[in-house]
Amino acid sequence: MNITIILIIIGLLGISAYYTGLRKSLTLREDKLLHSTPIYHGAILAINSSLASILLVIVWVLFEKNIFPELLAFRNILFIISIFIFFLTAFFTFKKIKNKFKARDKVEKIIELFLLVCSSLAILITVGIFLSVIFESNRFFESIPLTEFLFGTHWSPQMPIREDQAGSTGAFGAVPLFTGTFLIAFIAMCIAGPIGLMSAIFLSEYASKSVRDIVKPLTEILAGIPTVVYGFFAVIVVAPFIRNTGNYFGIEVASESALAAGLVMGVMIIPFVSSISDDVINAVPQNLKNGSLGVGATKSETIKLVIIPAALPGIIGGLLLAVSRAIGETMIVVMAAGMSANLTANPFEAVTTVTVQIVVLLVGDQEFDSPKTLAAFALGLVLFIMTLILNYIALHIVRKYREQYE
Amino acid sequence: MNNDDLIKETEFQINNSETVGNIHVEDPRIIVKNINVRYGEKLAINNVSIDIGKNEVLAMIGPSGCGKSTFLRCLNRMNDTIESCVVDGELYLDNENILDEKTDVVPLRAKVGMVFQKPNPFPKSIYENVAYGPKIHGLAKNKIELDEIVFNSLEKAGLFNEVKDRLDAPGTSLSGGQQQRLCIARTIAVSPEVILMDEPCSALDPIATAKVEELIYELKENFTIVIVTHAMQQAARVSQRTAYFHLGNLVEVGPTQKIFTTPQHKLTESYITGRFG
Repeated sequence: MNITIILIIIGLLGISAYYTGLRKSLTLREDKLLHSTPIYHGAILAINSSLASILLVIVWVLFEKNIFPELLAFRNILFIISIFIFFLTAFFTFKKIKNKFKARDKVEKIIELFLLVCSSLAILITVGIFLSVIFESNRFFESIPLTEFLFGTHWSPQMPIREDQAGSTGAFGAVPLFTGTFLIAFIAMCIAGPIGLMSAIFLSEYASKSVRDIVKPLTEILAGIPTVVYGFFAVIVVAPFIRNTGNYFGIEVASESALAAGLVMGVMIIPFVSSISDDVINAVPQNLKNGSLGVGATKSETIKLVIIPAALPGIIGGLLLAVSRAIGETMIVVMAAGMSANLTANPFEAVTTVTVQIVVLLVGDQEFDSPKTLAAFALGLVLFIMTLILNYIALHIVRKYREQYE
Repeated sequence: MNNDDLIKETEFQINNSETVGNIHVEDPRIIVKNINVRYGEKLAINNVSIDIGKNEVLAMIGPSGCGKSTFLRCLNRMNDTIESCVVDGELYLDNENILDEKTDVVPLRAKVGMVFQKPNPFPKSIYENVAYGPKIHGLAKNKIELDEIVFNSLEKAGLFNEVKDRLDAPGTSLSGGQQQRLCIARTIAVSPEVILMDEPCSALDPIATAKVEELIYELKENFTIVIVTHAMQQAARVSQRTAYFHLGNLVEVGPTQKIFTTPQHKLTESYITGRFG
């Protein structure tokens, strides 16, 4: 018998249990005051009995899948037992429904538990992802030493297919990838930091309400553009432009350059920086601004000497969040930054980033036991830890800042 | 008289009365002529005229929303910061109409300082809080002069002895009463002529309030002070003249003692005796 059908039947029974409980409680109410309103009595009856039988079904299915596949033949028995359990719990709960029965407290408790489960889910999933990445990375570090991975300066992730193959021993030094990542993130922040901050200052302090109402949604549209589209923009418009301009000044610019990717990524995170800074600047109390204006400071003096210093921790927190986004960004760099792992600080050369290499390593056919594929997990792990630390610091700073004004 | 009658009576009197008492003084520092303030459509101040004398403390009392704070904010054009607020009329400080478009608000606000309802020290050190104004106005040529201004202002605000050992501590680390006196020191530091105070004690406990009131009493030697207050005893204690506002109208002005003992206007009397407010 199909599990879905069993669950549907339990659900229908649950609904009828609800009305049974409700009716009994309504009759009880005619004589004496109830501790809980009738809907709680109905709810507790429905929840108790369906939960009991659903739990049974789940346990049964787990056993059947993992331990005793033979149980598959006894699905009909499962159906009968679960219905039996349903009526058994329903019967006992039904008997409990009296005027003094604290159904409300029980239902509240169940709701609380349900919410707790939902909120721990996100945490559990994060831990799960982390563990699975660690597990795979560990296999990578069995063949390539950790020190070589972290400090090696040469990246060329090939593995020889035959033992005697010439010149194809792979190199897994991740340093060029991280320098590339940071170079691009740095260029992006050079664009997004100042522009985002200035636009936030304009929006929160200078713009009239009507201007703000138009400009703010428009900047936020920037945040909604898919990163692939930014990638097109980088490849088709920005990269050739930089190349032509560079040639004009006699500078050699690669057709895929760190500069092009960084610039476009910067544009992508402008709304991110500006919206966080805008919130933080708005959170500076009007009172403080008045204090400064009240001793005869001009608007720009007030912004420079009072508002920005007061908002600085929050702004820094916002910038750090933006950095961690820039580091994790993939699509723009895949399209615009190139694939070659150059160890360079020259923004006109092609570089590659951690995310690009992960994509490269995992695209196409692969075996999941060669270091070439497993390297992707090691890279992912380091990236994950880095952004985790950045986010932690950023959120910590932002929270600290909030406390100051509450 | 029941409440409805009182309200009707009040409205009648408001619409049909001119300011009672004497709005003029002998040696005025500020002359206000026919000021109207609107927030959008709403009229917040209706045709108010009053003189404010040299070295006097003028208290403004009245029920919440009567426009006394709005009026106070006209005196240093702080209403400019509110987008929908429109002020018309004439307001002379040293024979200059400060409501004129051409008036530069920066020196005006240095001349007419303001202390706010909630203590609002900047998130900087105690020293930097007081030095803020002198620095932006370039009042000190060097560090020694700046020190002198800061110490003097803290001294005048009666705070110096309490904070002299920890001038580098953040201003926000002080108690509420000390913070408010720090804000007064910050205002004094740019040597204003007039100090506006918008319910300066409403967030303070009675002991801190007593200290600030004492300070106001001393400050009147050197400054003209306009104070908005909800506490009538406070007005009686610190001021020489009292102005009673009601629904945007200036109902009565007079020597404080007279207002509190023999008010001429019925509304003033009702407010002072606690019939509303």
